[in-house]
Amino acid sequence: MNVSAAAPSVPELRPGTAAKSLHDVLVVTRRNVIRSVRIPEVLILSLVQPIVFVLLFAYLFAGSFSLPGAEGAAAYREYMMPGFFAQTIAFATASNSSVSMANDVQSGMVDRFRSLPMARSALLTGRTVADLVQNVIVVAVMVLCALMVGWRIHHGVPRALAGFALLLLMGYALSWVGVLIGLSVRAPEAAATSNFLWLFPLTFLSNAFVAPSTLPTVLRWAAEWNPLSATVQAARELFGNPGLHATGAWPAEHPVLVSVVWSLLIAVVCRALAVRRYASAGS
Amino acid sequence: MAGALHATGLVKTFGEVRAVDGVDLDVPEGGVLGLLGPNGAGKTTTVRLLTTLLRPDAGTATVAGHDVVREPDRVRLSIGLSGQFAAVDDRLTGRENLRMIGELYGLRSRAARQRADELLDRFGLTAARDRVSSTYSGGMRRRLDLAGALVVRPSVMFLDEPSVGLDPTSRLMLWDAIEDLVAQGTTLLLTTQYLEEADRLARDIAVVDHGRIVARGTPRELKAQAGGQRIEVVVSWPEQLDPAAALLARFGTRAPDVDRPRGTVSVPVNGGVRLLTEVIAALDADGIALTDIGLRRPTLDEVFLALTEDTPRDTGRAAVGAGAPSEKE
Repeated sequence: MNVSAAAPSVPELRPGTAAKSLHDVLVVTRRNVIRSVRIPEVLILSLVQPIVFVLLFAYLFAGSFSLPGAEGAAAYREYMMPGFFAQTIAFATASNSSVSMANDVQSGMVDRFRSLPMARSALLTGRTVADLVQNVIVVAVMVLCALMVGWRIHHGVPRALAGFALLLLMGYALSWVGVLIGLSVRAPEAAATSNFLWLFPLTFLSNAFVAPSTLPTVLRWAAEWNPLSATVQAARELFGNPGLHATGAWPAEHPVLVSVVWSLLIAVVCRALAVRRYASAGS
Repeated sequence: MAGALHATGLVKTFGEVRAVDGVDLDVPEGGVLGLLGPNGAGKTTTVRLLTTLLRPDAGTATVAGHDVVREPDRVRLSIGLSGQFAAVDDRLTGRENLRMIGELYGLRSRAARQRADELLDRFGLTAARDRVSSTYSGGMRRRLDLAGALVVRPSVMFLDEPSVGLDPTSRLMLWDAIEDLVAQGTTLLLTTQYLEEADRLARDIAVVDHGRIVARGTPRELKAQAGGQRIEVVVSWPEQLDPAAALLARFGTRAPDVDRPRGTVSVPVNGGVRLLTEVIAALDADGIALTDIGLRRPTLDEVFLALTEDTPRDTGRAAVGAGAPSEKE
């Protein structure tokens, strides 16, 4: 039997063209989505913890929290939900992208991909696009959970969609952070552990659950300029949830602009570093 | 020229360790070169340089007529690589794995699917094609990996220790597939530490040690280089071992080697079959009973040990593993 008889001698899509690059990204995205679907418990378990926390905060702690601009348990529940959306996206994205990327390096899949005539950035971009797909699911589940504890949108669907778009854009940027980490560590376990180093400060040193105005100066400044704060604040504004308008901090006054700039900046910088790292891996 | 491979003065260092230290290679189109060497000799690093996975620190290489540094994409279009550790996606089915690789080579999805099915059939994986590859045996994964390297007919194939960890049946199946490929004119570069594998598959062998090529030639030439023919006798009674050795010393070109546990004496000779009959007559005249006697060439094992044993394993080897995680030898 002939091993190669029917093999086309010239592939239909030539490397280096935009069509081939786009095609490669889609192929890798599909591969990553299939991988997630094969082991759905990873995503399901990653959603259980935030849902438990939402319920704890909504029914156990909300009565004890009183924030400027969000007095009372019902107001706090609406206040905290954009914070939970952002936190859940951040954790799900960063852990998924960094651990999956580190796995691909360790299992030899990256070598396989690097020996193929595919676009240099396609493996990484395909990873982040698959994360985006996952984040849409994460957001959908979290919205259902939020509606159950009394969270509502107050400024109409288009503005709410814009709020979710900002959250997803932030998630996409953090996915690139995860890709960069996954390519930089030597084992998936290291990727999983390293995430806690930056995800806890990112999500808790922010306006997600507390008012920055209650913090000491240095921490307040960090919380106000935190990219996650800007996104959470922008989402609160677009959803019409109670927020913290009177703090006077410049990022809190222009949250949409700050959120978009932060997300784009993080995505562009981490993408450039990750692609460079990928192209020279092992050298 | 399309399938040829040339390398001149390739050097790759990881920190202090020169993993590849001035390697020259020349494989004509359709040729089969076996890189033979112990662990850490630089075989995998050489393959990684030639397959564009690493950039050389010095030297040049062209694969299928394309420079590995200046035209990596053209090189990647022309090569197939099957690594030491089968790089198949464990959560994808065999079919999905091959289809994905086909599409990344630039095939449209229908062509990729068709090609995947042909290869699954060729490698006896049709029954398992819709199973997730993590359920495959080691031999099946290896075959799937090799199939992945063949999706678009490559003009140069790189096989990095293709049969590591395979059971004998899977190994024979893999060798058959590789021989088919070579029969169709594919240029092949193969690394191995199994001498039997190099002997069977490679037409030319380069023995690599400490990042350098220490010998090259056909398997026959290398065996000749290690001392031509030997006469080996197996005595029936242990007490006759020493008389047999004394007698053989008269016929040999060097002092005979005595292996007491096995009861054998062997000695390098010049003289061939006629000498063998003289030795048999002489042994018979002295009343030495033989279980076996034969004239044979040295095995590649003996050649290999002769070529690499005078360079002791130094501490630099440990540093290769520690300093360079990508070095998999």
